[in-house]
Amino acid sequence: MVIYGIALLGICTLIGLMLGALLGSLFGIDANVGGIGIAMFLLMFFSSSLNTRFKIGNISEKGITFWSMIYIPIVVAMAAKQNVIGALDGGLMALIAGIIVVAVSFIFIPIITNFKKR
Amino acid sequence: MDIFQEVLVNNNLITAFVFVGLTVYIAYFISHKFTEGRFHGSAIAIILALLFAYLAGLFTDGEKGVADIAILSGIGILGGSMLRDFAIVATAYGAKFSDLKSSGVAGVFSLFFGVILSFVLGAIVAIGFGYNDPVSISTIGAGTVTFVVGPVTGSALGASSDIIALSIAAGLVKSILVMTVTPIVAKQIGLDNPKSAMVFGGLMGTNSGVAAGLAAVDPKLVPYGAMTATFYTAVGCLIVPSLLFFLVGLFF
Repeated sequence: MVIYGIALLGICTLIGLMLGALLGSLFGIDANVGGIGIAMFLLMFFSSSLNTRFKIGNISEKGITFWSMIYIPIVVAMAAKQNVIGALDGGLMALIAGIIVVAVSFIFIPIITNFKKR
Repeated sequence: MDIFQEVLVNNNLITAFVFVGLTVYIAYFISHKFTEGRFHGSAIAIILALLFAYLAGLFTDGEKGVADIAILSGIGILGGSMLRDFAIVATAYGAKFSDLKSSGVAGVFSLFFGVILSFVLGAIVAIGFGYNDPVSISTIGAGTVTFVVGPVTGSALGASSDIIALSIAAGLVKSILVMTVTPIVAKQIGLDNPKSAMVFGGLMGTNSGVAAGLAAVDPKLVPYGAMTATFYTAVGCLIVPSLLFFLVGLFF
């Protein structure tokens, strides 16, 4: 049943967000601290052990893969609802930040790939 | 006209599906027709979306982009944090810890190093441009991690929409540069085997950029880079709004 997959995804998301909220309140800030990351690792844990311990079946799986495939369109919608006019002043900063981070990261690729050979 | 508009407004989420579907279609058309796919459709779609949000802001004087237009109010739901978080979590499905193990020390190291390096560089640029509150600095730093980690961090920390838009823009610049520059520098950085592809995915992390960049170099390398890039997004969503935000808070 496709709803099983959606429900499993929902369980992971909700538990992650709850733990994130809990962490936030423990540290005394009004923020969800890493909840999405926790949820992603929870789902990875499930999908890593699905073939061995759990079985959710092909159709149930589609309840998760649908949401995974629609993530770019949702990011497009998210971009379309931002206050872009308010952000225009910082456009140059965004450009410079993007350029610097890519340039530096490229330099590190051969260094890290060859770690062990050194 | 009014009765048609009423249908669109009353079914605003469905209208949003159609609107985003058309945007993505136009984007992929541009990608294939004018760049032969080198410039990935997803990046063009996000550029178009930011452009629409800009135009909508001009016409409506609002702060919620196209969602301020009545018939497109559904974009606010579709692009809101609930569905966005749900879809982002779903992208983790299928990533297996055993695959990550096979990438070795270099692969795992590149993940954490990549997230922290991108964040620190983005945060330094933000500070250089005069931002001095930890929420804005962390959100912009998160944007240079990826255009997903940026908004996730921004909404978790309560950043304003213009800062979140900037974090998307910074992540978008990164993604576009990765997809276009990778084929040019592939030889110099030794990007021709699964191991370096995994390190590449772990350092860059931007899923669309990594997939498109590797596809242009050698399509066989895509799954390796995409795997570490998926873990990268998870690590980013985990440590940026928590550990790294706290560290920024120590200084500001």
